[in-house]
Amino acid sequence: MKKLIGLAGKTGCAPFPPKGTSPSRGIETCGAYIPRIGALLQSRCNSFLTGLLLPAAVLFGSPAAMASEGGVRLDTAPINPTDVISLQRGARTFANYCLNCHSASLMRWNRLTDLGLNESQISDNLIFTGAKVGDLMDVAMTRKDARKWFGAAPPDLSVIARARGADWLYSYLRGFYRDPARPTGWNNTVFENVGMPNPMWQLQGERVRVEPAAKDGETKEGHGGAGKSVKYELVKPGSLTPVQYDETVRDLVNFLVYMGEPAATSRKQIGIFVLLYLLALWPLVYLLKREFWKDVH
Amino acid sequence: MAAAEKPPVSGTGSVVLDGALTWVDQRFPLISTWKAHLAEYYAPKNFNFWYYFGGLAMLVLGIQIVTGIFLTMNYKPDANLAFASVEYIMREVPGGWFIRYMHSTGASAFFICVYLHMFRALLYGSHRKPRELIWIFGVLIYLLLMGEAFFGYLLPWGQMSYWGAQVIINLFSAIPFIGPDLSLWIRGDYVIADATLNRFFALHVIALPLALLGLVMAHLLALHEVGSNNPDGIEIAKHKDAKGIPLDGIPFHPYYTVKDILGVVVFLIVFAIIVFFAPEMGGYFLEANNFIPANPLQTPPHIAPVWYFTPYYSILRGVPPLFHSQFPGVVAMGVSVMILFGLPWLDRSPVKSIRYRGPYFKVALAAFVVVFLVLGYLGTEPITVWGQFGAWMGNADRATVVARICTVIYFLFFFLMPWYTSIDKNKPEPERVTH
Amino acid sequence: MSDDKQVNKGRRNLVIACGAAGGVAGVAAAVPFAASWLPSERAKAGGAPVVADISALEPGQIMTVEWRSKPVWIVRRTKAMLDGVTRDDGKVSDPKSDVPMQPEYAKNEYRSIKPEVLVLVGICTHLGCSPQSKSIEDKAEIGPDWEGGWLCPCHGSKFDLAGRVYKGAPAPVNLEVPKYTYLSDTRILIGDDTKGA
Repeated sequence: MKKLIGLAGKTGCAPFPPKGTSPSRGIETCGAYIPRIGALLQSRCNSFLTGLLLPAAVLFGSPAAMASEGGVRLDTAPINPTDVISLQRGARTFANYCLNCHSASLMRWNRLTDLGLNESQISDNLIFTGAKVGDLMDVAMTRKDARKWFGAAPPDLSVIARARGADWLYSYLRGFYRDPARPTGWNNTVFENVGMPNPMWQLQGERVRVEPAAKDGETKEGHGGAGKSVKYELVKPGSLTPVQYDETVRDLVNFLVYMGEPAATSRKQIGIFVLLYLLALWPLVYLLKREFWKDVH
Repeated sequence: MAAAEKPPVSGTGSVVLDGALTWVDQRFPLISTWKAHLAEYYAPKNFNFWYYFGGLAMLVLGIQIVTGIFLTMNYKPDANLAFASVEYIMREVPGGWFIRYMHSTGASAFFICVYLHMFRALLYGSHRKPRELIWIFGVLIYLLLMGEAFFGYLLPWGQMSYWGAQVIINLFSAIPFIGPDLSLWIRGDYVIADATLNRFFALHVIALPLALLGLVMAHLLALHEVGSNNPDGIEIAKHKDAKGIPLDGIPFHPYYTVKDILGVVVFLIVFAIIVFFAPEMGGYFLEANNFIPANPLQTPPHIAPVWYFTPYYSILRGVPPLFHSQFPGVVAMGVSVMILFGLPWLDRSPVKSIRYRGPYFKVALAAFVVVFLVLGYLGTEPITVWGQFGAWMGNADRATVVARICTVIYFLFFFLMPWYTSIDKNKPEPERVTH
Repeated sequence: MSDDKQVNKGRRNLVIACGAAGGVAGVAAAVPFAASWLPSERAKAGGAPVVADISALEPGQIMTVEWRSKPVWIVRRTKAMLDGVTRDDGKVSDPKSDVPMQPEYAKNEYRSIKPEVLVLVGICTHLGCSPQSKSIEDKAEIGPDWEGGWLCPCHGSKFDLAGRVYKGAPAPVNLEVPKYTYLSDTRILIGDDTKGA
């Protein structure tokens, strides 16, 4: 099995274009953008109170963030937890696009040896900071600063796959579209009015949502039902085709599921042995019981 | 001369072992305890499937204590550290994930065994005279177990932990006059906070386990004092042989020790399947929301207690507010649990076992089981799960209406019991046990 | 009668078989609990080998790095200091480092891989205090024969510039030389000697 070592395509953290600016601006670091977004938010809220309410509205405004009970039908994530190459690609995507605003502070870098990488491959290709391979996958931004700059701290992603589920993550990461009404310029079908812009917009490109025509007798008032089909139109292509982007997201979600419970594979392997042993023990103790109970009438 | 005085104790023929046991027995009631509670405790010979669950509950108690001790070695009861410490156990402590999953599965397994164990009592009348005290100790164990589970559930400090505890403690604030102060006293702070976590940790790890162990011992002593019931509900002590041994009795050891070993192995197979292949059990044993660290500023959309509390939660939720207070719901929930204490005196049937009861009790018990399960299911879902009725019912949530009907049936099972058990057309009980 | 014996034998064999199988299961179940006491990943990361950069270490200078919460001294010894070590052969109780307080590659006159760089764990082998560095200039304080080394403030043990313990000191053995290896001329990996040049 060929190891995916060619991780030289690291790009540092992925920027996102603030509303109203052209995305063809050159690559800048997230660090430069963070105060810019914060200033963006603050320029719209002069008082501390509205500054507090805006992120609250972002949080509470989204109905049914957890279960897609808004009626959004989730796509099944086509992940294969035993595909180590997929997991390596996912780790690469994660380190490049997520691990700057989001931390994964419950996961240790050297645990990624599970994926068939050795420690120097991990530190040479995935660790962009001065962290050692035995360190946790932390980021420099504190939660307090994140709250100040973004309005809400981007959640730690260590166990996000156990909280949201693979299908939700797969659908969410493929559900972004441009929305001029939002402060970030992005919205998401799965997580309405999300505070996060599309981190992989350069790969996916920019899409807008196309409202399907209302059918006879149907009003547009109902919650987005399972029958409501969402149509997008790609207005600016990204560096990947839609199929390639889906595969990238698939690998990323595969990695997130692995990161949520690294012991999952060994748990199942050990479980088989335990179960076989107990299933063999069962007839033995049954014979023992039957032998003793011969005495009873 | 010395050899003739010493009876063979261990049965293995080993002189050393016999000598050691005799030495101990001269200073400690070792052999008499062994005889009274195992080798010469005569239990009815017709125990069936329903009789496994008491012993299995004890096994799970042992599992919870051992896994709990090892979890405590690495868990940090601090609001800033708790969530991360659980993931530390899952990822970084060798074997930690196994210990954690055993403990989380064990919690649910405990309630499954206890509910089935209690159901056995209802089936065969094990709560009836002379076993009322066994039943009372049992209900106390059940109450303490619910408390133990409630305190334990806060410890992972996830969103469900936090908000579940918030909701339940806020129930106390519905008590007139003293409510808000009581909640403040329980929490140790104005909201669920580090102070709450620390005291719940102490209660969960030491206080309640000790109380539970004591009550389990009392439960068993009370049982052995009067002897076990059986599926026919008749007293085997009525027919004894010349040596005073019940004709339908067999010594617990070796017969039920060996049968319980079989039960344990089968139980462990199911337990292992869950621990190794489905520890989350579709979100019922380990809830998805609890993998989000507790956030006092953000309530998850659906707060529901863990499945073993949901029947009572359903009852609470179903009672409408009266006089702008949720207190009636709290009272209804409280009564729905406490009514269990009254069972030995509510049940007026001349026969104990369902095998010889008339149709009224059978229908009542079946209805009770159905409403308990329906209430339990509804409690896991948001109240809108079954949609709404039309305007003819005031657009009421269907689940609320069903929950209220089930609550009424639940209470009628108990409140009408003195009546329908007295007038029931029972069958004659046999003199000797059947199978 | 013979039937009883056979029944008993069958029963006994079953009991033994089940007991053995149950015992195996019990031991297997105990393994993860016992294993949970082994150092966790966090402990192992905290105890991981440390890289020391000695590019700025001047001849005659000492630097300290932390490894497993212990001080590790690195000294760039001058020729004069090395000669002093040879002169100390008679003053120390284990001049040839017979007691295994060092890896094989440090079992030599100067107790190091390269003579000019000394690596020692800075914890007195008596009761665990950290000795103080005393150079040859501290002769006045310690004695006219003092070639340089360390003096432990707690109970007065003295060590020479190879970490060897003086005769008559309360400390029983030489200072520990940890496992170490050169990753390059200027970088030493302390705590691990399986990789590097």
